Amino acid sequence: MNELLQAVQAPKAEHPQLAPGDTVKVHVRIVEGNRERVQIFQGVVIRLRKGGNNANFTVRRIASHGVGVERTFLLQSPRVEKIEITRSAKVRRAQLYYLRDRRGKAARLKERRRR
Amino acid sequence: MKGMIGRKVGMTQVFDEQGNVVPVTVIEAGPCYVTQVRDAERDGYAAIQLGFEETKPQRVTKGQLGHLQKNNLPALRILREFRVRNGESDELAEGAEIKVDVFSEGDFVDVIGTSKGRGFAGTIKRHGFARGPKTHGQSDRMRSPGSIGMCAAPGRTLKGQRMSGRMGNDRVTVQNLKVVRIDPDKNLLAVRGSVPGARGGIVIIKSALKKS
Repeated sequence: MNELLQAVQAPKAEHPQLAPGDTVKVHVRIVEGNRERVQIFQGVVIRLRKGGNNANFTVRRIASHGVGVERTFLLQSPRVEKIEITRSAKVRRAQLYYLRDRRGKAARLKERRRR
Repeated sequence: MKGMIGRKVGMTQVFDEQGNVVPVTVIEAGPCYVTQVRDAERDGYAAIQLGFEETKPQRVTKGQLGHLQKNNLPALRILREFRVRNGESDELAEGAEIKVDVFSEGDFVDVIGTSKGRGFAGTIKRHGFARGPKTHGQSDRMRSPGSIGMCAAPGRTLKGQRMSGRMGNDRVTVQNLKVVRIDPDKNLLAVRGSVPGARGGIVIIKSALKKS
């Protein structure tokens, strides 16, 4: 990308290197009226999209009654306070859309020990 | 009135204080030099002539070079005039340098550019006409303009009927764009939203006419 364009953007946020299949805790800053608090969204990274300042990732989690919830975050957004990787998994594709069609035991991922 | 000449760099997006994404156009603005001050007495109108973008002396006509050397300025590729009110230009001397920091974040500006040329465009692209039916026996009317007038009265096509023709490559002004970022070291200006023209096109930035 043009370096002059990058000069306008805020400096890169420090986040761990994410990979598809990672189970992450995303600390999201939420503004309610004039109050601000941090909410944690925990789930599996099913998609990573690169693109510098506009990079984003999608986290899927199973909410109550087995309802799947997916949220997409902008990696560089100041609303994403912190990302914690709690578990990594061995996956064979970059986009784990197949998890959407699976529930319960079938939606498990094989753990991969990291480094 | 504040004004500058710049070059469109391209578009990107940035985050504001609340974390909202703001689409911005980055403009490499200045440094500009005041090449001439025109006043009502001598020239009949008050204006500031600005020059932008240094270039090799052999790229500029000798007449222009002499005009610039009057104020010990380098060879400048682009000269543009900005009309000002009488007496508004008093503090600006010929030869003065104008940098992006004349604007500040939160200001509103008007940006003038030359829109991208679309060539000979039909009425759908050029004027937003609806297209004809795709089926029911239509074979050659998909993007045709349709009727261009009445019958024996008036018996002619009215003036100003919108038809196909050359589109784009026009001077276009976009008003009231908010200045989102300024980088005085790199002479960069980021305004919210889009700006006419292709990347690398020359744009004129003025403080907003309708916001001051």
